[in-house]
Amino acid sequence: MKLQKRGQAGTMQSSDLMVVVEPADELVIEIESTVKKQFEHLIRAKLESVLAKHGATAGRISVSDRGALDYAIEARLEAALQRAGGLS
Amino acid sequence: MAENPAYQLRRTLLYVPGNMPSMLQNIPLFQCDGVIIDLEDAVPLSEKDAARILVRRFLENYTERNKEILVRINPLDTKWALDDLKAVLPALPDGIRLPKADTPEIVERLDTLLTEYEEELGLELGRFRILPSIESAQGVINATEISRVTPRLIGLAFGAEDYTASMEIERTKSGEELFNARMNVLWAAKSAGIQAIDTIFSDVNDMDALRRETELIKRLGYTGKCMVNPRQIDVIHDVFAPKQAEVDYALQVIDAIKRAREMGTGVISLKGKMIDAPVVKRAARVLRTAYAHGLVDVIIHEEDIHGAE
Repeated sequence: MKLQKRGQAGTMQSSDLMVVVEPADELVIEIESTVKKQFEHLIRAKLESVLAKHGATAGRISVSDRGALDYAIEARLEAALQRAGGLS
Repeated sequence: MAENPAYQLRRTLLYVPGNMPSMLQNIPLFQCDGVIIDLEDAVPLSEKDAARILVRRFLENYTERNKEILVRINPLDTKWALDDLKAVLPALPDGIRLPKADTPEIVERLDTLLTEYEEELGLELGRFRILPSIESAQGVINATEISRVTPRLIGLAFGAEDYTASMEIERTKSGEELFNARMNVLWAAKSAGIQAIDTIFSDVNDMDALRRETELIKRLGYTGKCMVNPRQIDVIHDVFAPKQAEVDYALQVIDAIKRAREMGTGVISLKGKMIDAPVVKRAARVLRTAYAHGLVDVIIHEEDIHGAE
């Protein structure tokens, strides 16, 4: 399933992250993080599992992370997807 | 924990903004008795949707709960309240702090909604508790009826900030303007056998005034206070902690009344003071509070207070 419009959620506060989801032809995940070196692979894995749970197969997912834990990554991505009108 | 749930400690209930991960994930570390995760005033209108998702995911991950978790939803007459409940209840908070509980009908409505969710989620009926906020002139007048609406109530919480707004008056540090409302909420709670929880004290830099206010509300009969900042926890716990002299005296009272009953009377003198039923009840209250604080290991049974037939 594909994203039909743009959605954004989260903040740039410490322990939070900003997520932007946009329509795209394939699934692209871009990650900026204060802890990119150590944790990029874990952030990516979390994003992928949430996208899979919601059946997302195409869209651009851009994340600016400020050291968020898994529950916050999940919640912010879900909020962004919901604001984008969900998947169709 | 004390054997009677009415003695569960709720000295300190800390408000935590629902849209701030940095605060939410500190909840396990705060030394307060409970937290109130806030979806109402602490969350801007544009973030109501995201906050309830964040709180849901946080609670699902906070499985080793070490304090009571309440969620303050938006008032039931707003468009957010039902979505708040739908999002957070599956993550099993202990209860809901209901803002603007101005009438018994509002609390009844939440009671019904919680029952529906319990049935849907396959939970024990009555599992979700309610702490209504009495925070308007109307709420204060209706406090007695509100206190009797449902066994889900763990207490009544007085909210002075909104109350003074509803009265079109300023809140002062000495709090004379709150006195009658505070007492009315307290009488309503005590007469229903539930706790009375006092309002926040908003100046986090004035610990002396916080202490004075906490000493006042403890003397009146409140058993806890809400807070906006974890720095206020220690002062409030210190005020509520039973003093050793009080505990020692209470133990002597219980001992004295036992001796009295052995002699076939319900009244006895202890160091020149008459000990009878009301004195014993107060001593039992001190000892149950001390037990909840871990200061004594004596469990006070109803028979200790009233004697056997």
